[in-house]
Amino acid sequence: MRDPAHAGEVPVEARALVKRYGHILAVDHVDLTVHAGDIYGFLGPNGAGKTTAMRMLLGLLTADEGAVRLFGRDPHTDLPAALDGVAGFVETPNFYPFLTGRKNLELFAALDGGAASARIDEALELVELRERASDKVGGYSQGMKQRLGLAVSLIRDPRLLVLDEPTNGLDPAGIRDMRAMIKGLAERGMTIFLSSHQLAEMEEICSRVAIIRSGSIVYEGALEDVRASVAPRYRLRTTDQARALELCEAQPGVADATREGGDIVLTADEGTVIALSRTLVESGLGIAALAPESATLESLFFELTEGTAAQGAAAA
Amino acid sequence: MRPTSLTAYRWEVRKLLAEKRSYIGIGAAALLPTLFVIVMGLQTGGPYDVPLGHNLRHSGIALSLVVLTFASRFGAQLVTALVAGDIVATEDAGGTLKMVFTRSATRSQILTGKTLAAFTYTLVLIAALGVAGLIGGVIAWGFQPIVDLSGATLSAPHALALLVAALAVFGAPLLATAAFGIFLSVATRNSAAAIVGTLVYSLAQEAIGGLVHVHWIQTYILSAQFDAWHGLFRTPVDWAEITRGLWVSLIFAIAPLVAAFWLFLRRDVAN
Repeated sequence: MRDPAHAGEVPVEARALVKRYGHILAVDHVDLTVHAGDIYGFLGPNGAGKTTAMRMLLGLLTADEGAVRLFGRDPHTDLPAALDGVAGFVETPNFYPFLTGRKNLELFAALDGGAASARIDEALELVELRERASDKVGGYSQGMKQRLGLAVSLIRDPRLLVLDEPTNGLDPAGIRDMRAMIKGLAERGMTIFLSSHQLAEMEEICSRVAIIRSGSIVYEGALEDVRASVAPRYRLRTTDQARALELCEAQPGVADATREGGDIVLTADEGTVIALSRTLVESGLGIAALAPESATLESLFFELTEGTAAQGAAAA
Repeated sequence: MRPTSLTAYRWEVRKLLAEKRSYIGIGAAALLPTLFVIVMGLQTGGPYDVPLGHNLRHSGIALSLVVLTFASRFGAQLVTALVAGDIVATEDAGGTLKMVFTRSATRSQILTGKTLAAFTYTLVLIAALGVAGLIGGVIAWGFQPIVDLSGATLSAPHALALLVAALAVFGAPLLATAAFGIFLSVATRNSAAAIVGTLVYSLAQEAIGGLVHVHWIQTYILSAQFDAWHGLFRTPVDWAEITRGLWVSLIFAIAPLVAAFWLFLRRDVAN
C-alpha cells in the first residue's frame, strides 16, 4: 500500500551534487529533478559520472557537496527510511550465485520486511522468470540477471524505480520486453529514473531527460523541448541528385544541404520538406526516398557530448 | 514491519549453509581427531609433552582436549579466518553489498547479522571438533576416568562435563580471532587479504608469545588464552586462569568489532 503522506513529494531532487576522487571531479554540481510520473532518462558517455551520481541518489556514496532528497528525505542521513518507496540497482544487479533465483528474492524480501515476500510470485511472473526461479543464479544469463534485478526491485512495491542500464546484456527481444515492462510500470503510476546507452529506446519511452558530460549536466528537460531545440535532418534520394541539390539550396528554409555518399542530407522543418517535395516533383524529378535521418535525441546527445557548437544553446 | 538483526542473522546462516566450503571447514574440524586416532594407532607411546596427553591411551575423553592444543596452534584459526575474513569482503567483490544496502535493513543490523553468523560458525566448528573427538576417542580408548594436570583422578562423567566447559573457554579466543577477521574483511574489502591477514595476526601472536620473554606479554597476549581451559583441569580449579582467558579474549574481540562497525556504517560503496 502506497503511503499517501508522501504523495505530493518530489521523487528525486538533487542540488549541486559534487563528488571528487582525489583531484578528479567525477560529479560537478549536478542538479536533477524527477517529477512524479516521469520516465526520466539519464544519458551520458561512459565515465561521464552517471553511475557515481546514481550511487549518491541511493545513498551508496556520500556526496562531497550538495544535497539529495528522495520524496523529501535525505538518503545520506536518513537511511533506510529515505529509501522507503524507492528501489533499483546501479551497474549490474548482483546476486548470490549459490542460491536459486527465488531464494535470492526471499533473502532480499526478508531484508525489506513487510509484505515484500508476498510479492515474489507476482514479480517473477512479470519478468518471466517463474519457470527458472528454482535454478541457481550462477547459471543465469546476463539477461536473466537483469530481469531478476527488476524483480528484486519490484518486490519493494516502489513508487520510484532507479535502473542503471537495464537493457545491458539483453537481446533485441529482451530489450523490447524490458521497454514494454518499463512502460507498463509507468502506466501503473511508478516514477522511473533510468540510465541507458540505447538512445532510440530512451527517446521512445522517456518523458524527460538529462545529459551528463564530464560530470556536469549539459541538458535537462522535457523530450518535447529536445525535439524543438534540434532542427530535424532529412536524407533525400532522387532521379537527378545534381539538380535536386540545386533545388534544395534554392528552397527557402532548407539549411546545410550537402552530398553524403549517394544521398543529399539537409536540415529543414516539416513544412519546408513538404514544400521541397512539391518543388522536386514539379521540376520533373522522381523521389526515391525522403526521410528523417536520425533520432533527435541522438543528434542532441552527440552535439552535447562530442561537439561544441550547439552546447550553449541547448544547455540554455 | 522493519527487518531486525535476527532477520539478517538468519539469512547469513542460510547463506553459510548453502555454501560447500562451510561444510569443508566443519568436516576438517571433525576429521582432525579421527586422523589423530589413526596416527596414534600407527605408533606407540606419546604424546606425553602435550597437556593431558598421558591420558590418551587410557581414556577417549582426553582426545578432544589433546586435539585442542594442536588446533590452537594454527588449524582452528585457519578455518575461522576462512569464514570471518570472507563474510563481508566477498559481498563487496560480488557486488551484492550494494544490493543489500538499498534494502530496508540498517547497516548495523546487517553487520550484526554477519558477526553473529561468523561467531555461530566458529562455535559449531569447536563443537564438531569436540563431538568427533569424543566419539573417536571413546571408540578407540573407552569412556574412562582421566588424571588431571595436578595429578588428581577425575571420574569419566566429571571429565566429560569439564570437556564441554573447556570447549566453551577455548571458544573465547577463537571468537576474538573471528572478530579480527571480520574487521579485516570490512577494512580491506578483499577476502584473500582478510583471510591471510587474520592468519598472520594469529601467527604473529604465537611468535611474540614464544620469542618475547616478558611475563605480562606472555600472559595477556591472545594466543596465550587458547590454553586458559587448562585451569579447569587443575585441582582445585584455577578460576583466575579461566577468567583471564575470558576477559582478555573479550577485549581482543571488542576492539576490532568497534572498528569494523565504525567503518561499515560510514563506508562508500564504489567500484
